[in-house]
Amino acid sequence: MLRFLFIIIRRDMLLAARRRGDWLTSQFFFVMVVSMFPLGIGPEPEVLRMVGPGVVWVAALLASLLSLPRLFAEDYRDGSLEQMLLSPEPTVLVTLGKALAHWCIYGIPLLLITPLLGIQFALSAEAIWVLVLSLMIGTPVLSLLGSVGAALTLGLRGGGVLLTLLILPLYVPALIFGAGAVDGALSGVGYEAHLSLLGAFLVLTLMVAPWVAASALRVSIE
Amino acid sequence: MSIAWYKYAAPVTFYHLAGRLAPWFAWGAALLTVIGLYIGFFVAPTDFQQGEAYRVIFIHVPAAWMSMFIYLVMAFWSAIGLAWNTRLSFMMARALAPTGALFAFLSLWTGAFWGKPMWGAWWVWDARLTSALILFFLYVGIMALWAAIDDRRRGDKAGALLTLVGAINIPIIYFSVKWWNTLHQGASISLTKAPTMATVMLVGMLVMAFAAWFYTIAVALVRVRSIILERERQTEWVKEILER
Repeated sequence: MLRFLFIIIRRDMLLAARRRGDWLTSQFFFVMVVSMFPLGIGPEPEVLRMVGPGVVWVAALLASLLSLPRLFAEDYRDGSLEQMLLSPEPTVLVTLGKALAHWCIYGIPLLLITPLLGIQFALSAEAIWVLVLSLMIGTPVLSLLGSVGAALTLGLRGGGVLLTLLILPLYVPALIFGAGAVDGALSGVGYEAHLSLLGAFLVLTLMVAPWVAASALRVSIE
Repeated sequence: MSIAWYKYAAPVTFYHLAGRLAPWFAWGAALLTVIGLYIGFFVAPTDFQQGEAYRVIFIHVPAAWMSMFIYLVMAFWSAIGLAWNTRLSFMMARALAPTGALFAFLSLWTGAFWGKPMWGAWWVWDARLTSALILFFLYVGIMALWAAIDDRRRGDKAGALLTLVGAINIPIIYFSVKWWNTLHQGASISLTKAPTMATVMLVGMLVMAFAAWFYTIAVALVRVRSIILERERQTEWVKEILER
């Protein structure tokens, strides 16, 4: 069972490695969106420091939404998704594996770029560390919840925009706890509480989302 | 007295039952609205703190209650539908959603009218306002999903799954927004310590709440009737009705 999960993850990562353009697009999207904000609101370091965490987090939400429509679409088109569902292994492993692979491909590079963006926004070293930490706990939530949306909108016209409508409201707790942790670090209130809550949200999502995504996938493929 | 649940789970029988019930609820809603608004505008005294502007609560509070309650009912029908694959439950969920979105929008809109004279702002990022806004977004998302899926069975189930995920998420959203709000704003505005309300006001509000209930039931029944007709159009009994 675990082997099947690893195979799914490995396969998706291999596909991503062979087609770099796909996932680099969403990383550059992330960097560009974040870089547009200082141009829009002015270069004062105090202002940037105040909005920085929120901007980075919102850009992370958008970047994940940008990449999610492709989560199942390619495999659906060439028929391999159907083969995976026909296999004797539970469908939950397919959705869980794909969400985890999505996090490895889109989430981890995001974490690596974030310190640079933090410097752009004049954040202190501690705040940048907390920002990366909050994204480390928060981005798997985005991938997992997003997999539900991707499964629901599989093969629909206008799927990408629709996915945004469905999933963005569900992202709200992750955004609040994630950006709140950095705010807490900046204002000296402390960030542990926010990160714990974000972690709790991650655990809950991990328990529910793959199953919902699996039944959504079955509904969509039927 | 036992009710034949299975009998009324069949669209044929429910269609006729809904047709009989809907006018009663519609007239009830009209009557209750007239009574409630009369109490609200003529009987209830002027609030000594908030003046006349508080009277918007006679619409605002029932609308806000209804918007939350309808979501719960939708989640209930979605769960039933997914568990037992009953066609009628999905139709009920679909029939309820537009009314829920309407009430969510009404509560936001009337809330803005209330907020302007009370707080001096059309909108504040209060926890309740923000979660009401997100509830409205959820309704919109669910309806958009239904609209995008042509296949009826797939649409039903996909919408039901999304409704249930939203139902799990709503309490988390509410509390996260609440904590976020206290962190950012401090103790600015609190809606929770409501001033003790005169009995007349409370009665007016409750009458209006019942009016909203009756309206919702009536509208949902009418809507579910047309959904049944649309979906069962290939059956004999619908053809008979349509030929008449």
